[in-house]
Amino acid sequence: MENSRLSVQGRIFNIQRYSIHDGPGIRTIVFLKGCPLRCRWCCNPESQKYDTETMVTAGKTETVGRDVTVEDVISEVEKDRVYYLRSGGGMTLSGGEFTVQPEFSLALLSEAHDRALNTAVETCGFAASEVFEKLLPYIDTVMLDIKHTDSEKHRLYTGRDNTVIKENAVLLAKKARKLIIRTPVIPTFNDTREEIGKIAEFTASLGTVSELHLLPYHRIGSDKYAGLGREYMMKDIKVPEKEKMEELLSVVNAAGLKGQIGG
Amino acid sequence: MKFYTEKIAKSDRIPKLVSALFEKMPQIEADRAVLLTESYKSTEGEPIITRRAKAFEHILRNIPITIRDNELVVGSATKAPRSCQVFPEYSYEWLEAEFDTVATRSADPFYISEETKSVLHEVYKYWKGKTTRELADAYMSAEAKTAFEHSVFTPGNYYFNGVGHVTVDYPKVLSAGYSGIISEAEERLDKLSQGDPDYGEQYHFLTAVIISCKAAVHYAKRYSVLAAEMAEKESDAKRKQELVEISRICAKVPENGAGSFYEACQSFWFVQMLLQTESSGHSISPGRFDQYMYPYLKKDLDAGKITYEKAQELIDCIWVKLNDLNKCRDAESAEGFAGYSLFQNLIAGGQNKFGRDATNDLSFMCITATEHVFLPQPSFSVRVWNGSPHEFLIRAAELTATGIGLPAYYNDEVIIPALQNRGLTLEDARDYNIIGCVEPQKAAKTDGWHDAAFFNMLRPLEMVFSEGVDKGELIGRKTKPVSEMKTFDEFLSAYKEQMNYFIGLLVNADNAIDRAHGERCPLPFQSSMVDDCIARGKSVQQGGAVYNFTGPQGFGIANIADGLYAIKKLVFDEKKYTLQYFKKALEDNFGKPTDQKMAEKLTGKVVKALAENGREISEELIRCVYDEIKTNKCSESERAGYEKLLADIESLDKYGNDVDEVDTFAREMAYIYTKPLENYRNPRGGIFQAGLYPVSANVPLGEHTGATPDGRLAFTPIADGVSPAAGRDKKGPTAAANSVSALDHFIASNGTLFNMKFHPSALSGRSGLESFVALVRGYFDRKGSHMQFNVVSRETLRDAQKHPEKYRSLVVRVAGYSALFTTLSKGLQEDIINRTEQQSF
Repeated sequence: MENSRLSVQGRIFNIQRYSIHDGPGIRTIVFLKGCPLRCRWCCNPESQKYDTETMVTAGKTETVGRDVTVEDVISEVEKDRVYYLRSGGGMTLSGGEFTVQPEFSLALLSEAHDRALNTAVETCGFAASEVFEKLLPYIDTVMLDIKHTDSEKHRLYTGRDNTVIKENAVLLAKKARKLIIRTPVIPTFNDTREEIGKIAEFTASLGTVSELHLLPYHRIGSDKYAGLGREYMMKDIKVPEKEKMEELLSVVNAAGLKGQIGG
Repeated sequence: MKFYTEKIAKSDRIPKLVSALFEKMPQIEADRAVLLTESYKSTEGEPIITRRAKAFEHILRNIPITIRDNELVVGSATKAPRSCQVFPEYSYEWLEAEFDTVATRSADPFYISEETKSVLHEVYKYWKGKTTRELADAYMSAEAKTAFEHSVFTPGNYYFNGVGHVTVDYPKVLSAGYSGIISEAEERLDKLSQGDPDYGEQYHFLTAVIISCKAAVHYAKRYSVLAAEMAEKESDAKRKQELVEISRICAKVPENGAGSFYEACQSFWFVQMLLQTESSGHSISPGRFDQYMYPYLKKDLDAGKITYEKAQELIDCIWVKLNDLNKCRDAESAEGFAGYSLFQNLIAGGQNKFGRDATNDLSFMCITATEHVFLPQPSFSVRVWNGSPHEFLIRAAELTATGIGLPAYYNDEVIIPALQNRGLTLEDARDYNIIGCVEPQKAAKTDGWHDAAFFNMLRPLEMVFSEGVDKGELIGRKTKPVSEMKTFDEFLSAYKEQMNYFIGLLVNADNAIDRAHGERCPLPFQSSMVDDCIARGKSVQQGGAVYNFTGPQGFGIANIADGLYAIKKLVFDEKKYTLQYFKKALEDNFGKPTDQKMAEKLTGKVVKALAENGREISEELIRCVYDEIKTNKCSESERAGYEKLLADIESLDKYGNDVDEVDTFAREMAYIYTKPLENYRNPRGGIFQAGLYPVSANVPLGEHTGATPDGRLAFTPIADGVSPAAGRDKKGPTAAANSVSALDHFIASNGTLFNMKFHPSALSGRSGLESFVALVRGYFDRKGSHMQFNVVSRETLRDAQKHPEKYRSLVVRVAGYSALFTTLSKGLQEDIINRTEQQSF
């Protein structure tokens, strides 16, 4: 029988090999285009719109976004199989947001799963619960962002309320093979002991989750905003100090979780 | 097996020894040259092997000896630390010509006093017509010389210097001592039959072995006496005790077998340094130190006679001493081997001859020693195979993460079958170690002539466009004009024709030099520790070793692959450009001006050549030459056309990005060098085998190479080793590794070299180390042979350029070895900085 899922199309903007901070082992990250959130600090602003767009990088105009088939992606992912075997790595879907393209993600994840490739996703959690239900059987590790527990502040900085995200966290905690909660630590947004403490508390309340990773804010993507003709709203924000991160880590650990700085 | 993996603290002695080493600029000393010449004058007419042994003896009896402060392991080849002796029997003219510039040159400067200059000047008078270089000249064909002069290849290493590149039978000296070797030679002498056709040669060889070994023993005893005298005068009780112990040990070894780990360390060191007094050859490699030293360590540990800390201190002392030796090369070679490196390769881990893992506590302690001493020597390597203990590789990765550029990683799974394919037995192949940069061989049985020449694979490509003409002279094959070539196959066969022609000349040059060493500089001391010299009654240089090879290394594979791929695509598949247009674009350097520094350098060379031809040099003439070189006379429209061509080349797939079509192409191109070489033989009865690595010659030899069809501009560096061309691998380390593994590493059995540079963030934390080890393992699963890493930030290197004084001990791995970054030439520093940083956040 012809494997019809290999011809399913999706829209991505990058495939990055030898990624070592996005799930276990050496991984190939597939960056999908389109995201329901608009986080002010986003280091991949070109991922947010589903539509293809142009971005100026080092003086050169490039098109961001291309339509590919599952077969195209899998053949690229397969190239590093030997390194996944040696490291326990595999494929990670990131973005953007993989739930924005549920059919493509389903085809890609199930294809990888059938080939015994380890799969992971990085998600903002903002999607209909049915989408997660359908995709979960093919995902080994879910890395879910909990950015803030306060709904209003969440909406202000990301463009969306966090109610759905919290509901999905409960669902994922119950059904995902492995769930890791991740929090980008953004000065002026969530970098106080109190705010991180609440996230840790929420994470612990999920019952099945043991790991909470704190990802320090970085500016590596800031040039892209100008390249897209957009304003970078975080330009006055400084990267958190190492000591600050250590302090917040201790808050996480105090909640009985296994904390970690970085992915 | 359970290993002792505790972190062993560094003794206070080590930083003191290290800083004493770097107090002053290294200097050139004349003692050896004077003593050698005295001896040679008194032995004229005797067999050469006897003259060599007597000269060695005369040197060791009279050369000044010194025990430096705080040393536990003694034996110094020079009075001042990190200095060098001179070896006029190989060549001397270059040093005399560089007397006034050697202290100020950019790569590897040496101080030389006026007195030394005048002493050497006197000594040199004797050597005219007597050197290996001059005899090699006589043996070399005119065509080979021309190709050498035109920098198609350079066999300069052994043309100017001794060969080195050997690992001797350290374990034999450790167990039996030189007295054991002397007895062996004496027994052999007894068995010689006077009716044998080569009785005379064998007799003199064996006698020379005995003289040399006795000289080594006597030399050690001089240290014993000196240590006793110093102990007598020493007021510090602790140091006094140390000197008494040194005196006792030097009276015992290397004459006799070592009874303790300390004695084994001292015995090892005498062997290592004396080999480098006998000949100027570099890459005298200790090899599997963790294997042959371990029994002594284990015995002492089990008996409670030594602690891990004390043993570590002794190992660290050896590591320091390996940096005390030095060598002065001519200015051009110094750029090719930059970093004062002697390439004393020492390797840990891997299989034993029975195919079982041989990693032991000492393997781990070797890693610790490199961390403690943190200097370029030894060129520290580890062997990796499917059965390597994971914790050993993680420990090695920790060393890599320090940014020292060590260790280099080698793949048993490729090297063992590759050596078997060259005729080694399975047991010998499993017991391999690495010589110099990346060259595998079986210790104590091999004369590998590993660094036989640098062969620039781009120069024959230039000859295809020029129909064999270089600088107005026909030096290659007069192949068909490119304008008449109708297919890519025609173009490729012209390249193969040029390559085959120059490979033949390369062999001619190497064999001429090889024969000259055999006739003028056989080495009885070295030969006493290489099988089967004593049994055969002849020296290593005359074919006494069990395995004999000549291994010249090709480089530029990435540029050749990208360049020929560009021609195939743009000229023949897509028909966008003609070969004629490519030819013009290359002649015009794609419309780009020559870099100012390069233009100045070239001007200097042209003016010098004009002066030698009797032209009167005026400032105006210099300006004219400079303008001619610097200015690019292309019109605007020509330039625009070239820009378009460059952009089209740029947009093609490149080697290093895991694109099957290009990588397969690279594999085929490498065969154009590696396969024809296999058919040639050397005077010692062995075959040629190719390597693919440049040491650091890709920079200076790039300066002799015009623009190439991969878009590389004239006189810029050539790609390093089998690594992708700088900046062209854009898909990260696994993609680059997959591309490189597409080459046939089995046939390049003299070694391949894959350099990768990491930003420290890629190795941070346990997960970073795990991923790194998985990367190495994955590359090796795909049958790559060697990998080495730089872990530094671009900022660090920039700052080191601005403030060299702050970074005196900053170590960077440059193609096959580690060097002090601040001692490298500007061009090489830039090359290191420009290599793609495999960043990952």
